[in-house]
Amino acid sequence: MKTGGMSYPRYIYIWIALLVLTAITVTTAGLNIGRIAIVVVLAVAAVKSTLVLLYFMHLRWEKRLILKLLVPIAIITLTIFIGLTYTDVLNR
Amino acid sequence: MEEREKTVGSRIGMWLFLLSEILIFGGLFLLYAVYRAKHPVDFHNASLDLSRFDGTLNTAILLTSSLTAVLAIYSLQELNKPKRTILFLAITIACGLAFLVVKAFEWGAKFEHGLYPRAAVLLAKPPGEILYFGLYFTMTGLHALHVIIGMCLLGVMIGYVRRGKASHEHTPVLENVGLYWHLVDIIWIFLFPLFYLIS
Amino acid sequence: MASHSEARAHEHEAWFLDNGKRPGLRGFLTSTNHKRIGMLYLVAVLTFFGVAVILGVLMRIQMLSPDSKFVSGQTYNVLFTVHGIMMIFMVVIPGIPTIFGNFFLPILIGGRDMSFPRLNLFSFYLYLAGAAVVLVSLALGTGPVDTGWTFYVPYSLNSTVNAPMAVFGVFLLGMSSILTGINIVTTTHQMRAPGMTFFRMPLSVWGLYSTAWVQILATPVIGITLLLIILERVFGIGVFDSTKGGDPLLYQHLFWIYSHPAVYIMILPSMGIISDLFPVFSRKNIFGYKTIAFSSLAIASVGSLVWGHHMFVSGQSDTASVLFSLLTFLVAVPSAIKVFNWIATMYKGSVKVDPPFLYALGFIALFSIGGLTGLILGALSTDVYTHDTYFVVGHFHYIIFGGMGFGLFAALHYWFPKMFGKTYDYKFATVSFFVLFVGFNLFYMTLLILGWAGMPRRYYSYLPKYTDLQVIATVGSWILVVGLGMMFGNLIYAFFKGKKAEANPWGGATLEWQIPSPPSAENFEEIPIITQGPYVFTKRKTDAEKEKKE
Repeated sequence: MKTGGMSYPRYIYIWIALLVLTAITVTTAGLNIGRIAIVVVLAVAAVKSTLVLLYFMHLRWEKRLILKLLVPIAIITLTIFIGLTYTDVLNR
Repeated sequence: MEEREKTVGSRIGMWLFLLSEILIFGGLFLLYAVYRAKHPVDFHNASLDLSRFDGTLNTAILLTSSLTAVLAIYSLQELNKPKRTILFLAITIACGLAFLVVKAFEWGAKFEHGLYPRAAVLLAKPPGEILYFGLYFTMTGLHALHVIIGMCLLGVMIGYVRRGKASHEHTPVLENVGLYWHLVDIIWIFLFPLFYLIS
Repeated sequence: MASHSEARAHEHEAWFLDNGKRPGLRGFLTSTNHKRIGMLYLVAVLTFFGVAVILGVLMRIQMLSPDSKFVSGQTYNVLFTVHGIMMIFMVVIPGIPTIFGNFFLPILIGGRDMSFPRLNLFSFYLYLAGAAVVLVSLALGTGPVDTGWTFYVPYSLNSTVNAPMAVFGVFLLGMSSILTGINIVTTTHQMRAPGMTFFRMPLSVWGLYSTAWVQILATPVIGITLLLIILERVFGIGVFDSTKGGDPLLYQHLFWIYSHPAVYIMILPSMGIISDLFPVFSRKNIFGYKTIAFSSLAIASVGSLVWGHHMFVSGQSDTASVLFSLLTFLVAVPSAIKVFNWIATMYKGSVKVDPPFLYALGFIALFSIGGLTGLILGALSTDVYTHDTYFVVGHFHYIIFGGMGFGLFAALHYWFPKMFGKTYDYKFATVSFFVLFVGFNLFYMTLLILGWAGMPRRYYSYLPKYTDLQVIATVGSWILVVGLGMMFGNLIYAFFKGKKAEANPWGGATLEWQIPSPPSAENFEEIPIITQGPYVFTKRKTDAEKEKKE
C-alpha cells in the first residue's frame, strides 16, 4: 500500500512529537491542577495513540471503509460497556 | 489485482484480531475505571509507590521501538534494503527486551516492599490500594506477555527477511507483525498515565 | 427454474472424495477446505449435543420425585453445570456458524473458500482442544465443576472443585469463536463474486455476518473474565473479592457483557437461515429484504446494551436496572419485525410445507413463545418474581432450543441433499417433527408453569406440590428425546442409504442450488457473475414445464 510520501525524516518527526507529548503529560501530572489532570492526561494519550494509528499503522492512507471504522467501533464499544456499568456502580 | 486483494484480506483479518485484543484489555480497563471512580484517593496514594521515572523511560523505549518497527517495514517495502530491515527489527526486539528488564526491576522492587497480591503488607493497606496493585500486576503482566509474543514474532520476521519470504514485493506478513507491535505500544500509552500519572 | 449465474459445473468429484493432499481420514483431519471443516464441526457439535442431552435426561429423571436419590445434590450441581457449559459453548454458540457458515458461506457469496483456510482449520482444533480440556477437567483434580455455567463469584473462587481447568477450556472455546468471527467478516468483505453486492447477498449471510461482529467484539470480554477467575484463585489479586474491596457484581457485569450478546450469536445465524427458507418455500421474494438485513445489525448492536437484565435482583442500582429494562424492550422490536416480515412473505405466495419449512414454522411458534416470556422477564416488577425460577429455564429453552435448535434442524433438512447428494424420507421427517414438537411443548410449557408457580431452578429437590407437573415435564422430555432420535436417525440412515438427490430439490434461487449435489471441491466451475438478488423465482418447475409443452 502506498504510504503517501513518508520517509525516514517524517517518521522521526512523528516520533519526536510522541516524545514531546510524553513530556507534556508527565509534567501535567506533576502540577497541582486537581481533577482536570485526568482529562488532560487521557487526552494526550488519545492524541499519541492517534499519531501511532494514523502514521505508524498507516490508517491515514487506508482506503477500505471497514478498516477506517474499526477504531471508532472499538471506542464506542468500550464507552458503552464502561458507561452502562457506571450507571450501576456509581448509583448504589 | 488478486494479489492486492489477498493482501487487503490479510490486513482486514489482522485488524479484526487487534480489535479483539483491544476488547480483552478493555475488560481490565473497565475494572480499573470502576475501582478508580470508587477509590480515587487510594489509587493516588498507591501510585506514589511506582517510579514515574521507570514508567516514563519505558514509554520512551516503546515509542522508539514503534519507530524502528515502522522504519523496518519502510526500508523493505519502499527502499528494498533487507539488511537495514533486519537491523531495525533487531533494534525493535532490543527495545522490547529493555522494556522487560525495566519492568522486571519494577516488579522486583514491589516484591521487596511487600506490595504484591496476598502479601501481608499489601493486605494491611486500604482496599483501594489492594485493588490498584491487583490491577497493576494483572494489566502490566498481560501487557508484558504481549511484548514477549511480539518479540518472538519480530524474531520470526527476521528469519523471513533473511530467507526472502518477506521481500520488497511481499510484505503483508511483516506489516501485520508491525501492526501487532504498534498495538502493544498503544496499550502501554494508556497504561502509563493510568498507573503512573495519577495526581 | 431461476438461475442468476453461469455457474454450470461439470461432473466434478464430490467434495468429500477429492483427496487433496492426503487420502481418507487423514485427508479429512488436515484439509483446509471449508466444506470438510464444516463436516468436522458437524460431527463434533452433534456429538457434544448428544452427550449434553443425556445429561439433561439424567437431570429430569432426578426430578421425577421430590425425595429422589437418583443423584446426590452435588452431582445434580455438576449435571446442570456441564449440561450448560456443553450446550452453550460447544453446541449452540459455535453450531450454525461453524457447520453451515463454514460449509455454505463461500458458496452463497460465489467464492471458492473462506479468506483464511488454515486459520479455519486451526479454529477447529482450538475448539476441540477447549472441549477436551473442559471434559478432562471433570475427571482430573479436585472434582468436576459445580458452579453453574455462569461461574459466579464468590462460589467459583472458593469452590474446591477443578474450576480453573474447566474455565480455561471455555477460554479456548472462546478463542476459537473469535477466530471464526474474524474469518467470517473478512470472507464476507473479500470473497464475494463479481456483482454480489452486500444487498444481493442471501439473508443467511447477513445473519452470519452480524453474528461474526458480536463474536469479535464481545467474546474477548469473557476471555479476560475467565482468566481473572483463574488469577483470583491462584494469586488472589482481589478484583472480585469483597474482603479486598473487590465487587462481586463486577464479575456479573463482565460475564454478562459477553453472555448476553452470546445469545444473539446463537440466534442471528438461525434467523438468517429462516430468512432464506421463507422465500424458497413460499416461492416469493422475501418481504422487506433491507429491513431484515438491518434488523440483524440492530439486534447485534442493541443486544450488546442489555446485559444488566440478568442482574435485576443481584444488587444492581435501580437506575441501571431501569435503563437495562428499557433497552431490553427495545431489542425485542427488530426481532418482531423479522417475524412479521417472514409471515408477510407467505402472503400470496405458493407455500409448500416440505420438512425444512416445517421446522421453520416450528421456529416461528417456539421463538415467539420464548420471546413473549422474555417480556415478562424484562419488566422489573415481574422479573423480581420469576428470576431464578423454572420460568427462566422455560424461557431460554424456548428461545435457544426452539429458536436456534429448530433453525439448525431446518438447515439440516434444507441443506442435507446439497451437502451429501442424498435424499431423506420426507414423511418420516414430518412425523419426527411432530413427535419432537409435542414433546418440546409438553416439557417446556410445563416448566414455564412450574416457574410461575414458584419452582426455583438448579434445585435437586422440591416441595411435594410440584410433583405432578415435574412428572409431566419429565415425560415431555422423553417424548422430545424420542423425536430427536427419530429425526437424527432418519438423516443418518439417509446419509448411508438415501437415494441420489437432485441439484435443486426445493427450487431455491441462491447460489448453492446452481451447483451439483454434492458440490465439487472448488464449488464453482467458473466464478459466477451476479446480476440479481437472491430470491427471484419463476413459477414452479412443473408449471414451467407445462407451459413449455403447450
